Amino acid sequence: MASRPASVVAATGIRRVFAGTTVLAGVDLRIRRGEVVALLGESGSGKSTLLRILAGLDQEATGELTTTGSTAVVFQEHRLLPWKRVADNVALGVRGRDARERARTALEEVGLADRSGAWPSELSGGQSQRVAFARALVREPDLLLLDEPFGALDALTRLKMQALFGRLHAGHGFAALLVTHDVEEALLLADRLLVLDQGRIAEEIEVDLGRPRAVDVPGFSGLRRRLLTLLHVPVDLEAPISP
Amino acid sequence: MRLRPRRLITPIVLVAGWEGAARAGVLPHDKLPAPSDVAAAAWRLSLDGTLGLHLLESLERAALGLLIGGSLALVLGAVAGLLRTGDDLVDPPVQAARMLPHLGLVPLLIIWVGIGESLKISLVALGAFFPIYLNTYAGIRGIDERLVEAARTCGLTQLERIRHVVLPGAMPSLFLGLRLAFAAGWLSLVVGEQVNGQSGLGFMMMEARDFSQTEIVVLGLVVYASLGLLSDLALRTAERRTLSWRRGLRAS
Repeated sequence: MASRPASVVAATGIRRVFAGTTVLAGVDLRIRRGEVVALLGESGSGKSTLLRILAGLDQEATGELTTTGSTAVVFQEHRLLPWKRVADNVALGVRGRDARERARTALEEVGLADRSGAWPSELSGGQSQRVAFARALVREPDLLLLDEPFGALDALTRLKMQALFGRLHAGHGFAALLVTHDVEEALLLADRLLVLDQGRIAEEIEVDLGRPRAVDVPGFSGLRRRLLTLLHVPVDLEAPISP
Repeated sequence: MRLRPRRLITPIVLVAGWEGAARAGVLPHDKLPAPSDVAAAAWRLSLDGTLGLHLLESLERAALGLLIGGSLALVLGAVAGLLRTGDDLVDPPVQAARMLPHLGLVPLLIIWVGIGESLKISLVALGAFFPIYLNTYAGIRGIDERLVEAARTCGLTQLERIRHVVLPGAMPSLFLGLRLAFAAGWLSLVVGEQVNGQSGLGFMMMEARDFSQTEIVVLGLVVYASLGLLSDLALRTAERRTLSWRRGLRAS
């Protein structure tokens, strides 16, 4: 690559219709190199549909889409092949003689070098998801697509995984699209937030909270309120629920 | 599974009772000979090579039949399981043919292929075909689509996805089919060998019946049973080795 383009994803007018129901009604999206973008929306708003389109898993969508460089995906479920040991799962589809070596390095990065010979069924939920991250990392992606990757984990494991994601991003500098329904997670991890509503990007918010971040940095709760309102969630429990 | 000594009690008592009843003359020799007579016949026929010869002949038929029926089933099952066109073209006739009791085809098969070796091998092949076809098909169809998708995002080509995801995922089902095919294969062999044999365990038994050598008839049954038992044991061992990744799943 002589001139590195500034964006890894450029999408315009992405549309997707399922059996007469329009889920995406023309989405425009641009993700810059190294940027973490969180995609929020109510359930059924088409977040995962958009991610699957970007991952090239949906052939029925229309619109213009250009992705630059390599892409890797982490799903909500780990999706490891039960019949391959951890290291072989990570090395799946990695070309070249050094595939095993690279798989080992990736496992070291997620802190699971000692489990490389284990079967996926022998791992805990958090460990499995860390292997899924290693499987994505080993591809040295320019764009990492994350579909609620911490959604199935317990609260404590989720916090550890979010911290791990922060470290990995700092180390590798990949761009990421994080689909999530967790407003705090989005505010902790993302540089920019997109809210999907009625099949379109309804709102775009730059998160200028600095790094490292915690839930008690100034400005956090203000943004949280704003986001929850955008997602049609009553912010104050005593407030009447608007129709 | 650990063998508990207590489980041996009833079989030993039964055989001992049988032996006792035969010795006491309660069981007439020409109806059911004593187990010791059967063992003596086994010893005698092993020494003069008759048993080995017939056994080899039967094994050859079983192996050939399983190989022919099994490979055909594997290919067709894979075509129907992997390709939509294959499914549309292959599956309906196979599903229809499956309803035929294949042992009922003996008269027709005799007209088609005669009463020689081809009859016996065809019967075994037919018996082995359906369980392997059905389980290959079901195994491939039952693959978790999400795993195939994940493999796609890992950059695996279609052939690589078949090799790394579809085939290993269909393995447990395939082994089940294989075990059912072996059972059906032995059954078909027993039936086939009673039609005009010149050799084989079935011929040995039919000939013994003509000379009222009941102990050889019973010996033939024992050998058939042992073959079934041994082949199932071998398959289960192979299955345990091939599918060792399932151990963790079972334990949890």
